[in-house]
Amino acid sequence: MSFFKRLKEKVAQKTESVTQKFISGLSKTSTSFVGAISDLFSGRSKIDEELFEELEEILISADVGVTTTMELVERLRQEVKERKIKEPSELQPLLSEIISDMLELEGKSNQLQMNPDGMTVILFVGVNGVGKTTTIGKLAHRFKNEGKKVVLAAGDTFRAGAIEQLEVWGQRVGVDVIKHQAGADPAAVIYDGIQAAKSRKADVLLCDTAGRLQNKVNLMEELKKVHRVIQREIPDAPHEVLLVLDATTGQNAMMQAKTFGEAVNVSGIVLTKLDGTAKGGIVIAISNELQVPVKLVGLGEKPDDLQEFDPAQFVHALFKDAINKEEELEQSVGE
Amino acid sequence: MAFEGLAERLQAVMQRLRGKGKVTEADVKEAMREVRLALLEADVNFKVVKTFINRVKERAVGQEVLKSLTPGQQVIKVVNEELTELMGGEQSKLVKSNRPPTVIMMVGLQGAGKTTTSGKLARYLSKQNHHPLLVAADVYRPAAIRQLQVLGEQLDTPVFSLGEKEDPVKIAEQGVAYAKEHHHDYVIIDTAGRLHIDETMMEELKAIREKVQPDEVLLVVDAMTGQDAVNVAESFNKKLGLTGVVLTKLDGDTRGGAALSVKAVTNCPIKFVGMGEKTDALEPFFPDRMASRILGMGDVLTLIEKAQAAVDAEKARDLERKMRTQTFTLEDFLDQLQQVRKMGPLEDMLAMLPGAGQIKQLKNFKVDEKQIARVEAIIRSMTKEEKLHPEIINASRRKRIAKGSGTTVQDVNRLLKQFEDMKKMMKQFSSMAKMAKKKKRGFRFPFMS
Ligand SMILES: Nc1nc2c(ncn2[C@@H]2O[C@H](COP(=O)(O)OP(=O)(O)OP(=O)(O)O)[C@@H](O)[C@H]2O)c(=O)[nH]1
Ligand SMILES: [Mg+2]
Repeated sequence: MSFFKRLKEKVAQKTESVTQKFISGLSKTSTSFVGAISDLFSGRSKIDEELFEELEEILISADVGVTTTMELVERLRQEVKERKIKEPSELQPLLSEIISDMLELEGKSNQLQMNPDGMTVILFVGVNGVGKTTTIGKLAHRFKNEGKKVVLAAGDTFRAGAIEQLEVWGQRVGVDVIKHQAGADPAAVIYDGIQAAKSRKADVLLCDTAGRLQNKVNLMEELKKVHRVIQREIPDAPHEVLLVLDATTGQNAMMQAKTFGEAVNVSGIVLTKLDGTAKGGIVIAISNELQVPVKLVGLGEKPDDLQEFDPAQFVHALFKDAINKEEELEQSVGE
Repeated sequence: MAFEGLAERLQAVMQRLRGKGKVTEADVKEAMREVRLALLEADVNFKVVKTFINRVKERAVGQEVLKSLTPGQQVIKVVNEELTELMGGEQSKLVKSNRPPTVIMMVGLQGAGKTTTSGKLARYLSKQNHHPLLVAADVYRPAAIRQLQVLGEQLDTPVFSLGEKEDPVKIAEQGVAYAKEHHHDYVIIDTAGRLHIDETMMEELKAIREKVQPDEVLLVVDAMTGQDAVNVAESFNKKLGLTGVVLTKLDGDTRGGAALSVKAVTNCPIKFVGMGEKTDALEPFFPDRMASRILGMGDVLTLIEKAQAAVDAEKARDLERKMRTQTFTLEDFLDQLQQVRKMGPLEDMLAMLPGAGQIKQLKNFKVDEKQIARVEAIIRSMTKEEKLHPEIINASRRKRIAKGSGTTVQDVNRLLKQFEDMKKMMKQFSSMAKMAKKKKRGFRFPFMS
């Protein structure tokens, strides 16, 4: 079966509502989902240099980055040669296959790993303003709906209003929040969070941390300490360390993934703000080079706006409206 | 440091050109390819890169360069000029209304840093003896109002709020009225972060703009933004008519190409840059300096200003006296370390020095921030007595200090040795000026590896 067909089937298997949600989040235009797949290279009669160049630009403009873009296009060129492909329409499924391949990592699931026997602890990390606290709120909402008992730990004691922000989310979704005062030691808050979650027999503990730029050594040390406290208190924990990335971010996201990865052993990525126009293409490079799987995507600010990451759908979104966007941009930037 | 990689890339290319007496068209093309890649890796939008490269190429292969006696330098000059030009030419100040209050409206995507920047601006204005009022018009994000109020308390700046149940347009309007009544000469309106494609939310901003007629509409942009920066900036500009841009989180290690993109699509000046989470971390944006920095031509001005701002004059005098009289202790040393750190990461400062990029030793020179943290931890684990009289630190004390600071005895030994060396060195610089003139070897802090 061709990749294209498989993809269609995969999508069809999903419940209508989930797919619909994903689509409406990913795109504000009304072009049909499946239709968009073939759009990209339609109107092209042959595979030529110009086409590869255009493809390069689409990938670059999706923040895939120069290196990975080159690699992708090179692989595509080879496949075209080997398989003697002549029709531009055959390129899209091929490219999707190559990218999906980079996003689906061997031995690493794109799904959250839950502790099979006991409480699951998830630590959220990332730079300032990417959506850590909001993602925690959304995820708490989801676990709660699954009938799980959730506790949140307000580990951001630094940013003004951060504790209150998490508390509002706690009230909104109806889960407990463990907090200290502003300025308190984050490791101590997390420690208390663990004890409280244990004694309340929680199923899930979600730990918020302050946003920090990865080049701030002190702050990264502080984060390591938080991580150590969790490791010490519960063997095997944290079960997930999720790096939250803003889809709007460019190449620096790679540095974020590297540095946070080294500091606290990031196990997965949450890609937020995909409801905007940014594509978050840098996760392909991150996934490919650092072998960190993307696990969740944020598609808005409401409790329901969180989805599991689906590589196939992500790839579609990557190319969707690339052409329209380009034309618009042409008019605004070009002189 | 922002733009660091870009500077390096361009330098490598230019170095090659520099060595040449004559530049051929092929050379220019080669150089431009490198420039293009570097700019793309720095997140400059690819359309903007295209336009930029074309402009530079045109001038570079033109008479101006090919006929010049020093064509290599000429290319560098052209790139530098065009870059400066693209980033805004001259430094741009905040507008001041001649009918106060001056109203400043902050807009941008979620998480860009509007609230923090609002606080920083309030502080910046207060320092110039103005009386700003902060207006809390983000009624959507949980605890956003609270965040602004906390900042207001810290800064002693009043915050106008009607809670989160009111319409932001009404809040903004009443906020400005309140400012007039209470003689605030500046009003800073913090609005909720929103997507540029969210029609309803964009309409709200438009309504606020029409109602309060702001003198400045500042788009707050995260310096780490990628290719999408052009779409965001364009939408906000079209809808609202921006007057300026604030680039935040530039204290990170992003190259900050978004600065170029945003400037190119909006044609609005970048008025400030955010350099940290604290409220004093707001700096004016100097396009020419930034361009020079990109090209590795140094930024001595910024360096000097930073040093002046960070080092407390009195402390400096005190230090100087201690050096002279040989009463410099580990406590002073820690203090000095903290002062140096206040200036920003040492690598940033070194990068600002002209020619620092070229010096071989500095190329591989990395200030080990971890080492600094270690030194700090060690000194903090000492008793007051030990800090004043390090000679009493015997083996068992060393062990204790190492344990307390999470380091090893060797680390403690090394620090103490370096401190001793430093004291010896200080003896020699009874006259610092003489030393600076005579010696190139200079002074090594224990955290330099
Ligand atoms: N449109 C959109 N906005 C989001 C999404 N996720 C978070 N946000 C918004 O982004 C802003 C920042 O989110 P926070 O959750 O406060 O981010 P954070 O990482 O906790 O920020 P700090 O704690 O300040 O570092 C808020 O306004 C959120 O509502 C998303 O998926 N889509
Ligand atoms: Mg947060």
